[in-house]
Amino acid sequence: MKPTIQELEKTASQIRRDIVRMVHACQSGHPGGSLGCTDYFTALYFSVMNHDSNFNMDAVGEDIFFLSNGHISPVFYSTLAHAGYFDKAELATFRKLNTRLQGHPTTHEHLPGVRIASGSLGQGLSVAIGAALTKKLNGDKSLVFTLHGDGELQEGQIWEAAMFAPHNKVDNLISTIDVNGQQIDGPTNLVLSLGDLHAKWEAFGWDVLEMKGNDMADVVKTLELAKSRTGQGKPIMILMHTEMGYGVDFMVGSHKWHGVAPNDEQLQLALGQLEETLGDY
Amino acid sequence: MKKYTYTDKKDTRSGFGAGLLEAGRKNDQVVALCADLIGSLKMNDFIKEFPERFVQVGIAEANMMGIAAGMTIGGKIPFTGTFANFSTGRVYDQIRQSIAYSNKNVKICASHAGLTLGEDGATHQILEDVGLMKMLPGMTVINTCDYNQTKAATLAIAEYEGPVYLRFGRPVVPIFTDPDQKFEIGKAWMVNEGADVSIFATGHLVWQAILAGEMLAEEGIDAEIINIHTIKPLDAEAVLESVAKTGCVVTAEEHNRLGGLGDSIAQVLAVHNPTPQEYVAVNDSFGESGTPEQLMTKYGLDAEHIVLAAKKVMKRKQNAVISI
Repeated sequence: MKPTIQELEKTASQIRRDIVRMVHACQSGHPGGSLGCTDYFTALYFSVMNHDSNFNMDAVGEDIFFLSNGHISPVFYSTLAHAGYFDKAELATFRKLNTRLQGHPTTHEHLPGVRIASGSLGQGLSVAIGAALTKKLNGDKSLVFTLHGDGELQEGQIWEAAMFAPHNKVDNLISTIDVNGQQIDGPTNLVLSLGDLHAKWEAFGWDVLEMKGNDMADVVKTLELAKSRTGQGKPIMILMHTEMGYGVDFMVGSHKWHGVAPNDEQLQLALGQLEETLGDY
Repeated sequence: MKKYTYTDKKDTRSGFGAGLLEAGRKNDQVVALCADLIGSLKMNDFIKEFPERFVQVGIAEANMMGIAAGMTIGGKIPFTGTFANFSTGRVYDQIRQSIAYSNKNVKICASHAGLTLGEDGATHQILEDVGLMKMLPGMTVINTCDYNQTKAATLAIAEYEGPVYLRFGRPVVPIFTDPDQKFEIGKAWMVNEGADVSIFATGHLVWQAILAGEMLAEEGIDAEIINIHTIKPLDAEAVLESVAKTGCVVTAEEHNRLGGLGDSIAQVLAVHNPTPQEYVAVNDSFGESGTPEQLMTKYGLDAEHIVLAAKKVMKRKQNAVISI
């Protein structure tokens, strides 16, 4: 039985609480992009993806997710914990010495649910293509999902991968770009304009969809639509329009919360806006 | 001096091509990737026999390293092939994060390493690749000396679990190692036992070390010659055993003296048994255009320079003894 949109929204609210608490506890990390992508993660892990929380690196017969913009690790970790990959009490160790929950995700500490290190941007799409090729070679019909930041598209490797996937008909791949229009130094259109992303990805030969990334119903619907369009010769790209910091009013829409932790007072303000639905860790 | 002869000469990259084909036949999980250099990497035979297990990525080496890392998820054993420069320096961060730090079972196979690439010049003659790769935690670094050893090493790394950098080259060189050898990763090969000086050589310099050993023997100098094909993990035991006997060292490699085999050996000696050492290596410079032979002579990477280094280091050993 798949959860309802309302149930997914409840889970997302708890993950957002976790994100601000994790970042506050270590006074570092990236809340903005994490909050903006929470609905996507929730939809993916609790409704869309076929996956097993009894972690196996090779993921035979399972869908795989790769986080390419590794700095939004708080949302990834909280999602994995709530999905049963590890005990959510471990979220309290985020970014602290000897933790498996490193600042950026890694396989090095053997955290269940992580299949590649990410943090240095632009590498995840290539890795995902590799995993998708292996699935095809193995006759494994399951899918590969990836998430990227829009600022990350300024990395050249992304476009090497963008060219490769359609040429090689990697049609078991559903990539998503978090289009929030922000990066560390300011709005993307001021730092280095991304131009018409829909036209760019289409020109490279991808099947391009768009979705409202902070509208749970639209996220689930679009991801399901994307799944239905796999196996037709083209990789799929979803342009996901989100607001950085979504769910916490004073963080919304500003690059200033890309990599800044809230203080004690700001934490209480934020938690007042996010309902505790599944119990804090 | 033990006698080494050869009847045939081939390029080490052809040993890689033959090894890859055989590895592919032995294990259907072996896959190959190339960045628009199939002929140069001698991958044609593998591609002909296993077209579905080959990935042409085009001139996009960063993407190739990422794809190789991803292909390990689900059990494939990817062998990437391009020139040494584009296998390392160009894609260092991709290897560091997606392969080494992520501990992926990728075999980074690099041809045209060093000066012997020849006429293309310094843009393509990387002399820093061994240093770059050996600094990555968990990376195994191998530099082979002839066709047979390269073939055997290719088969050995297919059976080894973990990231590997395999370095070989373009020129045609004597085949003097056993065609049926068992390649043991991390185990030095005793080429010739001797008592006066230890010569540790890797890659194309191993044959030069043998020639140097013959020249030294004519002058009554008994050189111990050891092939260090695996620079990391280094066979420290073999190094220390030899040095305990000879008391002085020459290292020989087609690489910058900074970061290469010589540095690795110096580090072992500095900690366990400080010993006079001379380097036969490129002296912190870029290469240039020329024939491989011309370049090896100009940059001092040949038998004659190994002989000079051996005599010099033996003198230093004697002086050290006298000063006590």
